[in-house]
Amino acid sequence: MAAAPSPLGEPLVRREGREKVTGAARYAAEHTPPGCAYAWPVPATIARGRITALDTTAALALPGVHAVLTHLDAPRLAAPGDRTLAVLQDDRVPHRGWYVALVVADGLETARAAAEEVHVSYEPEPHDVRLTPDHPGLYEAELANGLYPGTRERGDFEAAFAAAPATVDATYTMPPLHNHPMEPHASTARWTHGHLTVHDSSQGATKVRDDLAALFGLGPDDVTVISEHVGGGFGSKGTPRPQVVLAAMAAQVTGRPVKLALPRRQLPAVVGHRAPTLQRVRLGASREGDLTVLAQEVTTYTCTVRGFVEGAAVPARVMYASPHSRTLHRVAALDVPSPSWMRAPGEAPGMYALECAVDELAVHLDIDPVELRIRNEPDAEPDSGRPFSSRHLVECLRQGADRFGWLPRDRRPALRREGDLLVGTGVAAATYPYVLVGGSAAEARAHPDGTYRIRVNATDIGTGARTVLAQIAAAALGAPEDHIRIEIGSSDLPPGVLAGGSGGTASWGWAVHKAATALVARLREEPGPLPPNGLAATADTYQEAAATSPYARHSFGAHFAEVQVDTVTGEVRVRRLLGMFAAGRILNPRTARSQLIGGMTMGLGMALTEDCELDPVHGDFTACDLASYHVPVCADIHGIEVHWIDEDDPHLNPMGSKGIGEIGIVGTAAALANAFWHATGIRLRDLPLTPDKVLERLSG
Amino acid sequence: MDSSNRPAGGAGVPRSAATGERSEVILRVNGTTYTLAVDHRATLLDVLRERLDLTGAKKGCDHGQCGACTVLVDGRRANSCLLLAVAQDGRRLTTVEGLADGLRLHPLQEAFLARDALQCGYCTPGQICSALGAIREAADGFPSYVTPDDARSGAPVELTDDEIRERMSGNLCRCGAYPRIVEAVGDVRGAAATGDAADTGSRGAGEAS
Amino acid sequence: MKPFGYVRAGSVAHAVQVAAERPGARFLGGGTNLVDLMKLGVESPPLLIDVSRLPLDRIEELPDGGLRIGAMVRNSDLAAAPAVRDRYPVLSQAVLSGASGQLRNTATTGGNLLQRTRCLYFQDVTKPCNKRAPGTGCPAREGAHRDLAVLGHSEHCVATQPSDLAVALAALDATVHLHGPDGERGVPVTTFHRLPGDRPDRDTVIRTGELITAVELPPALPGLHMRYRKARDRSSFAFALVSVAAVLAVRDGAVRHAALAYGGLAHRPWRARAAEAVLHGASATEDTFARAADAELAAARPLRDNGFKVALARGLTVGVLADLAARA
Repeated sequence: MAAAPSPLGEPLVRREGREKVTGAARYAAEHTPPGCAYAWPVPATIARGRITALDTTAALALPGVHAVLTHLDAPRLAAPGDRTLAVLQDDRVPHRGWYVALVVADGLETARAAAEEVHVSYEPEPHDVRLTPDHPGLYEAELANGLYPGTRERGDFEAAFAAAPATVDATYTMPPLHNHPMEPHASTARWTHGHLTVHDSSQGATKVRDDLAALFGLGPDDVTVISEHVGGGFGSKGTPRPQVVLAAMAAQVTGRPVKLALPRRQLPAVVGHRAPTLQRVRLGASREGDLTVLAQEVTTYTCTVRGFVEGAAVPARVMYASPHSRTLHRVAALDVPSPSWMRAPGEAPGMYALECAVDELAVHLDIDPVELRIRNEPDAEPDSGRPFSSRHLVECLRQGADRFGWLPRDRRPALRREGDLLVGTGVAAATYPYVLVGGSAAEARAHPDGTYRIRVNATDIGTGARTVLAQIAAAALGAPEDHIRIEIGSSDLPPGVLAGGSGGTASWGWAVHKAATALVARLREEPGPLPPNGLAATADTYQEAAATSPYARHSFGAHFAEVQVDTVTGEVRVRRLLGMFAAGRILNPRTARSQLIGGMTMGLGMALTEDCELDPVHGDFTACDLASYHVPVCADIHGIEVHWIDEDDPHLNPMGSKGIGEIGIVGTAAALANAFWHATGIRLRDLPLTPDKVLERLSG
Repeated sequence: MDSSNRPAGGAGVPRSAATGERSEVILRVNGTTYTLAVDHRATLLDVLRERLDLTGAKKGCDHGQCGACTVLVDGRRANSCLLLAVAQDGRRLTTVEGLADGLRLHPLQEAFLARDALQCGYCTPGQICSALGAIREAADGFPSYVTPDDARSGAPVELTDDEIRERMSGNLCRCGAYPRIVEAVGDVRGAAATGDAADTGSRGAGEAS
Repeated sequence: MKPFGYVRAGSVAHAVQVAAERPGARFLGGGTNLVDLMKLGVESPPLLIDVSRLPLDRIEELPDGGLRIGAMVRNSDLAAAPAVRDRYPVLSQAVLSGASGQLRNTATTGGNLLQRTRCLYFQDVTKPCNKRAPGTGCPAREGAHRDLAVLGHSEHCVATQPSDLAVALAALDATVHLHGPDGERGVPVTTFHRLPGDRPDRDTVIRTGELITAVELPPALPGLHMRYRKARDRSSFAFALVSVAAVLAVRDGAVRHAALAYGGLAHRPWRARAAEAVLHGASATEDTFARAADAELAAARPLRDNGFKVALARGLTVGVLADLAARA
C-alpha cells in the first residue's frame, strides 16, 4: 500500500459540518416516527417529602391525552445503579424538581397543558439545601469523583504551616453552576416487537443501552441507542438521564413512539450541575518562594439520591512541589438536585482556588507569579512520586508569557486607570489528567473499491470525533483520509466509551488505530482481490485501558488574562485571554483550537457571569432559565487566543494524544480573578465577579 | 393533528375563531406554501419542527432567551419560539433549510464551515439565520447598541467586529464558538453590502419611520 | 397553556370591542413577553386579540415638533428611525440596550411598556407571589432579590419593571395614548406604571379592555443632550441591574433643564424629581450631580442583597450627567 502523507495533525474540516450548517443534522428530538406522541414531565413542587395523592382526572380528560404515568402505575424498573434513573418508582420526593408524573399526548401543546392539570398532593418534610462551612452533616469523603481518594496527607501539615515564614490562608467560594448545553436533554423512544430503539441526546450510547437493558430487564441486543448528533453535554449527558427512561416507559405504556425533550427550565433540577464549593487553601513558603506546605480543604454537597463529590482538591496533588500537604473533601448530603459532572469537574473549581492562592502568595512575597510557579515545579508527581510522562508547564508559562506580553509588568495593583476603568493582568496554571475512561472496540473494513469503513460507537458532541477518528484511521491504514467512512453514534456499533473525561479520542482512537493496524496486517496476509464484502479486522483496548501506568500523565496549561473593571458600574469585562497548552499531540488543530477556546469561554462565564443559588425556602435553583443564568454572549468574548506546545509523549497511546475537552476551562477563572486583583487591588474570593459584589468591595 | 378547519380570521373573517381552538393558516416557508390547521397554542417553531419536519430551527430554551430558533419572518430575524403560528398567516418565512441553492451553500454557511464556527452545531442554524438578518439590518441602516452616536441615521452601518459581537449576542453558543462566528460573519459582510448575501427582503430603516 | 381563541382585529375599535366582550382577553402584539408568560402559565387568557397588523406601525411628526409613535412600531424600527436617533437619542439607545436583535424585530412599542417583571417568583407558578396570585405572599423579600427594587417597594411586592424603553420615555415626558371602551385618553408615562402598594397585581393604570395605540413625545428642544446608560451582568442581552436615562441642557455653566429616570430600581421607571430639583439652576459640576443623586436615593430602602444598586445608581448618574455636561 502506498503511504499517503499522514493526516494526523492536519486541520481538516469537520465531517458533519455541512449537515450542521444546512440544518440537515438531526438531533434526538428531531425524529418523528409515524404516530409519535409527545411527553411532558411534571416536577415535584416540594423540596422533600412524600406524594400522598395524585389526581390525573383532569389531565386524562383532555382530548388527545394518551396516558399519565405516575409511581402508581408506571412500569416497574430493576433497581438502577444510578438512583436518579429510578423515576416514577415510589412516592418519595428527594428534591424539588424531581419528576412525579409524565403526561403523554398526541401533540406538544396538549402534553404541556395536561401536565399543568396533574394535581399532586404531598406530605412535605423539613428540608435543608443550605451548604455552610460548619454544617453538622459534613463528613470527610472517602472518594472524590473519578475514584480519587478523598483525603491525602504527606509530611506534617500543621507543624510545617506554623513554621512557614510566609503564608497564605484564604477561602474561596463558588456557587452551583449549570452545564446548559444548547440542546436540552431529549429522547425519542419506540418499541418494535420487543426491541427498544431510542434516539437519545447522550455522550455515550453504549452506556445508555446497557442501563436501559438493565432497567427494563432486556438483553443488550434488545436495545438500540442512537446518539448521532448531540447538541453539547459538557458532562451533563455523560450517563443516562431521566428523560431516556421516561421516554422508554411512555412508549411501552402507550404502544406508540414517544418523544420527550425536557423543558429548559427543568434541566437544572434533573440533569446534574456543578456542586458549589467552599475551599480553604493554605500555603506556606520560604521568603524566596519555595513552597513548603500546601493544604486545600474543600467543602461541598451531594444529594440524598446518590453520591457525588466534586474533587476540587485533587489537582493540588499534581501541581507543586511541597513536602507537606493535606488535601481533603468534606461533604454533606442535602436535599438538593443531584450534582454531577460539569466540564473539568474537580479541576475547574479546584484550580480556581489553588491558583488564586498561589497568586496571593506571589503578591505577598513580591515575586512574579509566573516565576513563583516555575520555582515550585516538581521533579515528579508530588502525591505519588511517579515520574511525569511529560510535563511542559514551565514551557506553557514561559511561552504564554511571551506571546501575551506579560512583561514588563508593574506588579503593584490598581495603578492602571483609563477614565472609570481599572485594568490589570493575571496568570494561572492549569492541569487535567490523561484519563482512559475505559476501553473501546472498533472494526475496520477494507472494501474492494478502495474505501475503508470504520465502525466504533464514539459520540460527537461537538468535538469533531468523526473527523479525528478518520484521521487516525487514515494514518494507520496509510490511506487518504477521504477514503475513510466513519460510523459512530449507535450502540449497535462496536462499543465505545462516553465522550467524557477528555478521554474519548484516546479510547476510541486507540481502538480504531488497533483495528486499522490489524486490518493492514490481514490485508498483507491475504493478498489478492478483496471479496465483495471486503475484509475486516476488529480490535479493542480493554486490556490497555485496565493497565496501570508507571507514569503520572496529565495535560498542563497556562492562562493569561487582561481585564477591565468599571469602577462606576462594577462591570468586569475581559480584554484578552490567552491559553498556552501542552496536551500531547494535537490531532486536528482546527477542531482542537475551537474546543480549547470553548473551554476558556465557559471558564469566563464561571469567573464573571454564571451565578445560581439554591432558594433555602423552596429548595430549588433560583436561576433556572437562560435569561437569569447568564452564560457568556458573543459580546463578552474579545481577544481569545489559543496556542500549544508540540508535545511528544510516548507513554500515552499510539496517537500520542492527551485530550483537550476540558483543560481550556481549568485555569481561566483564576487568571481572570487574579487579573481583577491586579486591576483593583481587591481580592474578591467569591465567584462570579458580578457588579453587586464588585461595587460592594470597591466602595467598602 | 388533523384540521378542524376554523378560519384564522384574515381580513373579512375576523371574529369566527374567537371561540375555537384551532385555525387554518397559510405559511410560506422557503418558497413553499403550506395550508394547515394549527392549534392556537402552537408556536411557529413547533409547527416547523413537528408538522413540517423542518428541524433546522432548534429549540434551545423555548422562551426567546437563546436564539437557536431564529428564522427570518418577511426577511427579518425573529425567535420562532415566541411567535404563535396562527399569527404568522401569510408571512414569508425563511429557515436554515432555505438558504442553500441546491448543493451550493449560502456564503454564510460556507464561512461557518471554513472558520469552524460551530462545534455541537445545535445553535448553528440559528446563528446563521441571525447573521443573515444582522448583515442585512446593518446594510439597511439599523443601528446597534455599539453603533457610534455620530453615525448618520439611515446610512449603512459598517459591520466592525464589535458590531458583529453585539448584533450576534442574541444567539447563545455554549460550545464557545463566538470568535469563530465573528470571523465567519466578517468574511461575508463585504459580500452582503453588494447584495450577494441573500435575498432577505428586509425593510429599510428609512422606511420604518 | 390552556386552549384559547384567536381573533385578528380589523381595527382599533374592533379590538376594543372584542376585548370588552371577553373578560380576560389579551391583546397580542409582538408577543415576546405574553407568549413567554403563557408558556409559564403566568398568563392564561381565553382569547387573544391579534393587534399586530393594525395600522399603528407609523412614526409621525406632530405639529408641535413632537413625534407620535404607533404602538405597533417594532423596537428595531423605533431605534432606527432617523427622527428618533437624531432628536431623541436616549430613546434609541435605551431600546438598543434591551433584549436581542431578534426580539427587537418582534417586540412592539406598546408591548414593551407592558412587559412584566422578571422577578423569579412571579415567573414560577408553583411559588407564592402577590403580583401573580394576590394574597399569597412575597418570597422575594427574603429570597432571591438581588435584581429587585430599592425604591418605592411595599411589603407586598419588591418587583422591578424591566423595560428600558419605558425609562427613556419617562425622562422624555412622553404620553401613552390609550383607546378603551370609554374612549381615548392620554397618560403621562411617568404615571402610567404604578408603585406596587397593596395592589402589586396591577403594573399600570391601564383599564380593562384598553389598548395602547401610540406614545407621543414632546418636542426635543434645541440644546438638550441626552443619554441612556445601563449596567448589567454581561455585555449584551441582559436586563438592567440599574439604568439611567438623562436629558440635560446647560447654559453658562448652569443646568437649564434636567430630566432623569432610572430603570432597575423600582416597580416603575423612576423619574428622579428630587434629583432634578437639585439640578435645576445649579452649576453643572460633578459635585452638583452627586448631590442630586443623593437627594433622590435618600429614599432608597435596599433589601438584604441589593444595596449595591444605590451606589450603582449614584455612580451612573454622576457619570452620565458629567458626560452630558461636557458635551454642552
